[in-house]
Amino acid sequence: MELTNENVLGKLIAQFGEENIRDAYNPDGIMTFTTNRENIIALIQYLYDDKDLQVQFLTTMAGIHFPDHKGMELCMMYQLHSLRHNFRLRIKVFTPAEDPILPTLTNIYATANWMEREAYDFYGFIFTGHPNLIRILNIEEMEYHPMLKQYPLEDQTREDKIDTYFGR
Amino acid sequence: MATDNKTADTDQLQEFRDNRDLKLQDKKNENLTTLNLGPTHPATHGIFQNILQMDGEVIMDAVPTIGYIHRAFEKIAERRPFYQITPLTDRMNYCSSPINNMGYHMTVEKLLGIEIPKRAQYIRVIMMELARISDHLICNSILGVDSGAFTGFLYVMQEREHIYDIYEEVCGARLTTNMGRIGGMERDLSPKALHLIGEFLKRFPKVWAEFEKMLTRNRIFIDRTVGVGAISAERALNYGFTGPNLRATGVDYDVRVMNPYSSYEDFEFEIPVGEKGDTYDRFLVRNEEVWQSLKIIEQAYKNLPEGSYHADAPHYYLPPKQEVYTSMEALIYHFKIVMGEIDAPKGEVYHSVEGGNGELGFYLISDGGRTPYRLHFRRPCFIYYQAYTEMIKGGQLADAILTLSSLNVIAGELDA
Repeated sequence: MELTNENVLGKLIAQFGEENIRDAYNPDGIMTFTTNRENIIALIQYLYDDKDLQVQFLTTMAGIHFPDHKGMELCMMYQLHSLRHNFRLRIKVFTPAEDPILPTLTNIYATANWMEREAYDFYGFIFTGHPNLIRILNIEEMEYHPMLKQYPLEDQTREDKIDTYFGR
Repeated sequence: MATDNKTADTDQLQEFRDNRDLKLQDKKNENLTTLNLGPTHPATHGIFQNILQMDGEVIMDAVPTIGYIHRAFEKIAERRPFYQITPLTDRMNYCSSPINNMGYHMTVEKLLGIEIPKRAQYIRVIMMELARISDHLICNSILGVDSGAFTGFLYVMQEREHIYDIYEEVCGARLTTNMGRIGGMERDLSPKALHLIGEFLKRFPKVWAEFEKMLTRNRIFIDRTVGVGAISAERALNYGFTGPNLRATGVDYDVRVMNPYSSYEDFEFEIPVGEKGDTYDRFLVRNEEVWQSLKIIEQAYKNLPEGSYHADAPHYYLPPKQEVYTSMEALIYHFKIVMGEIDAPKGEVYHSVEGGNGELGFYLISDGGRTPYRLHFRRPCFIYYQAYTEMIKGGQLADAILTLSSLNVIAGELDA
């Protein structure tokens, strides 16, 4: 089977159902779709085990915060790569901000360990089953997750730096 | 939400600390020694801390701590116009900053849909390969220093100075280069720059051959490095290794070949691979990659196409200064670009380049504003350094130092 975005998407929908593989689009040549947190581990395990796909490399994981999407504010992006077929795909999982809980991927990919710690550190995702979920780049005593959009980079109440030309 | 997270945080943190104390307590009963390697140890070449549990000279366990030079680049990038983010990328892998700069530029160009002229692409290839040479050169010569051979380091360091002279001629800076612009290069290669590159191509092969001769078949070096810090291909892939460290295990994954960018498909070169994934293989792979980089530079230098050194993208590429003073449009564009008042289109792109240490990826989401909505750096060092514990366990302390330098962990890239 030739791996094209359509083929793989069809295969995944046949396996997991349309309600679990949704909102597929292709922003930059890499197929992107959304799934639920209940299915994410089974899906990535399926991609790993399937003989035709062999998606066995976790390129990166990135948290994203959309404060305006009510009920699904936080997004976790998993980007995977099939080195055998040079096929990349991107999976997104949305969670509500009050309940940022996801299952851990460390049982499949050892590399997910620090990526998940980074996501926890900066976005507050809690990965159930993670062996050592503590902050990684920030100090342990930090009381917030700094990449969330409600924490501006500069103190917005400062008055000594107002300059309309520079967009501040 | 904040309160919920906070309680989860503190509970988890306390649990972790209790566990850690318990583990340390257990280890103490077995008469193990706790050794603090770093954060500022001269042999770690950067700021990393490793708390080692030692049984005599043998490492039983290690707990790495990173983040000492974390500078929140991903957060800062969310408030900066696109062209102001390039200097941040310099400071990730500062041994090969042009690769970072150009990787970022190519990502933004992909978002904007700008086509880059061949000449600019070839100039980029020359600069990126020079950067790769300077990166590998540091890694391999430092490996020599850590195993007791200082001479080679000073000898090839001189060549790095010559590479930096070329950078200086091309962009004005040496270490943190901020080289190129979104849309191409900021200026064409000057006759002096071409001359310096030609001189480098003539002089460097002899130097590198001599350096190789000093270490490759050196008995002491082989004894210190063969079988040290080995990792299997399967584990390396599971740990997300890329670049020379992955190729040393025998997997021929190279972004330049698998997903060619910037005209890499035009050049003839080979991907060297190792066999056992140990320190010696990593050394050999980097050595050979330097030769391959020289080959690429030679081809690009000889076949440098005529044409423009930047794309025709007036909205994003600064106009020449002379035109800014004389033409109304150029003045407007200049003002808008410098003030960061140009909105990028909406989109989501991932672009990766073969950095000095592996796949350096940029994941960029734009919501149509003047700054990225989200910019995530896939930093190869951060991803493979987590395997370090596994690689040094059961080995000796002196081997751990060699493993660290052969992995080429750059603190700036590790912590971003």
